[in-house]
Amino acid sequence: MESKEFKNPVVSWIDHRLPIFSFLNHEANEYPTPKNLNYFWNFGSLAGIALVIMIVTGITLAMSYTAHTDYAFDSVERIMRDVNHGWLIRYIHMNGASFFFIVVFIHIFRGLYYGSYKAPRELLWMLGVLILLLMMATAFMGYVLPWGQMSFWGATVITNLFSAIPLVGENIVIWLWGGFSVDNPTLNRFFALHYLLPFVIVGVVVLHLVALHRFGSNNPLGIDTRGPQDTLPFHPYYTIKDFFGLSVFLTFFAAAVFFVPNMMGHPDNYIPANALQTPAHIVPEWYFLPFYAILRAVPDKLGGVLAMFGAIAVLFVLPWLDRSPIRSARFRPIFKIFFWLLFIDCLVLGYIGAMPAEGIYVLIGRLATVWYFAHFLIILPVLSVIETPRPLPQSISQPIFSAAGGGLAGAMSAPKEKVE
Amino acid sequence: MAKSKSKTSEMETSQGKSRRDFIVVASYAMGAVGAGAFAWPLIDQMNPAADTLALASIEVDISKIAEGQSITLKWRGKPVFIRHRTADEIRQAQDVDIDGLRHPEGDEIRAQKPEYLVVLGVCTHLGCVPLGQKVGEVRGEYDGWFCPCHGSHYDASGRIRKGPAPTNLEVPPYAFLSDNVIRIG
Ligand code: HEM
Ligand code: FES
Repeated sequence: MESKEFKNPVVSWIDHRLPIFSFLNHEANEYPTPKNLNYFWNFGSLAGIALVIMIVTGITLAMSYTAHTDYAFDSVERIMRDVNHGWLIRYIHMNGASFFFIVVFIHIFRGLYYGSYKAPRELLWMLGVLILLLMMATAFMGYVLPWGQMSFWGATVITNLFSAIPLVGENIVIWLWGGFSVDNPTLNRFFALHYLLPFVIVGVVVLHLVALHRFGSNNPLGIDTRGPQDTLPFHPYYTIKDFFGLSVFLTFFAAAVFFVPNMMGHPDNYIPANALQTPAHIVPEWYFLPFYAILRAVPDKLGGVLAMFGAIAVLFVLPWLDRSPIRSARFRPIFKIFFWLLFIDCLVLGYIGAMPAEGIYVLIGRLATVWYFAHFLIILPVLSVIETPRPLPQSISQPIFSAAGGGLAGAMSAPKEKVE
Repeated sequence: MAKSKSKTSEMETSQGKSRRDFIVVASYAMGAVGAGAFAWPLIDQMNPAADTLALASIEVDISKIAEGQSITLKWRGKPVFIRHRTADEIRQAQDVDIDGLRHPEGDEIRAQKPEYLVVLGVCTHLGCVPLGQKVGEVRGEYDGWFCPCHGSHYDASGRIRKGPAPTNLEVPPYAFLSDNVIRIG
């Protein structure tokens, strides 16, 4: 990285000794970005902003929260009623978790559709799956903190998953609990870890970005950029586009926080935890529902747990399951159909996860689970062999030139000349 | 550094391994043992603390439980079910052919006295509290307990009969101190 001359002498002086400004200029200003990105490329930066929102509201909540079984529930109620703006901060944190997952799920489906997990971005993709896992652990432990009925029983059911491990399972669960049931030691350590993990996520996000900037963003055509005619500098083109996306996102987010703050929560979590009574129908937070459906689809305890973790494990190895060299679904007619079937399948799993495990729901849940795994383990490997892709464009600029002729091409290249 | 390198090569043994290699391996090994020894307290601190383990046992007077009724107590943070079974329930529990069960256990091993069944009220699937303690609650297809979380059915001996749970409801350690008093734990 060559250091750059800055007009401001203080900035220059610092940059000469600590090239932080050169670094930022290189990675966030000049950074060449494919010029054909659509709005699905907004969701990465949105996820980053959601993480910052969670950390800021989380730390301010922690200033009034008490991690003890006798006080936790009341301390959250006190945040809601007495602490200045406590209700706002908690509702932002609570709904922020849901919006964070919405954004990340869209971000992941974007990657699936446009083949962003393929070479040379395999590690970038795997780091993303790792972030998803860490987010799930963080959100699960956060949900335990208010110590309501769903907190308690969610924690009980999820920690008990580990008892399915042969031989050492029981010991692992007792170790996780620090006792013989979910109790005060459990709440304390969950708070400690809930505080820690978001910062671990920040670390992995940094690695994710380093891997991203090695080869740059993928794009809707899924072909490599071939030089300056295919890219735009990140600033101002994508900073402004990301800001516009952010304002739309914040509009929805604010609407939820101010008008329906409890829509995505469960009313039972406003009942203090009771170790002697399980709520009639326990459901996890909505973002866990597809995985919960897979857990329940298998009629065997260990099998169910393995299937649930397997659902994430297939994402880790996805770059090696889909061997087709074509990235974008735009040029893969059959893959495109199966992509949408997978998308619907995930919605079905989410719906089944929220329904009681009986009757027709069990059957649908099993079929949807089989389809999920078949998609990754059978359909994708087979498709990579039998599918005939559509012809790829020569370059990112080419389809624009040929489709619209001089007029549009001129309009598209005009701003480019200015910045060069 | 370059100097010492040439010196070690003079000391090389017939297998081409030097004393320096030995020292390097030995240091790594010591480092690994040290790191492991230090990691253990950090991991083990999460296991139940002495005061948690010392949780006292509880004593209960069971004479007040009418026939056909159940009570729920809390022991080590978990619910314990004590059911005063009716003659009918006892017969049902004893008449089962245990060979066909997922977790074959005779009723006589599970209940010290057939009138009183003492089990942990913790579903062996994922730990919910099964229904069936209160009058009017569903008791499942085998007239014992029913776990609503993922649909496990237990019989009048607390044995798993249907659903995802792998084993019978656990019988905690307990003893009859007299005809009317039992101690759990
Ligand atoms: C990855 C980022 C994070 C996620 C996904 C997350 C998720 C959650 C969730 C789902 C809840 C339960 C909300 C409720 O139902 O009441 C929660 C509560 C809480 N979180 Fe976080 N959190 C994150 C970061 C943080 C950070 C960095 C802190 C700093 C200490 C924090 C502190 C708290 C506290 C004190 C509570 C309990 C108060 C409450 O329930 O509203 N969180 N978190
Ligand atoms: S916890 Fe009882 S059936 Fe799953």
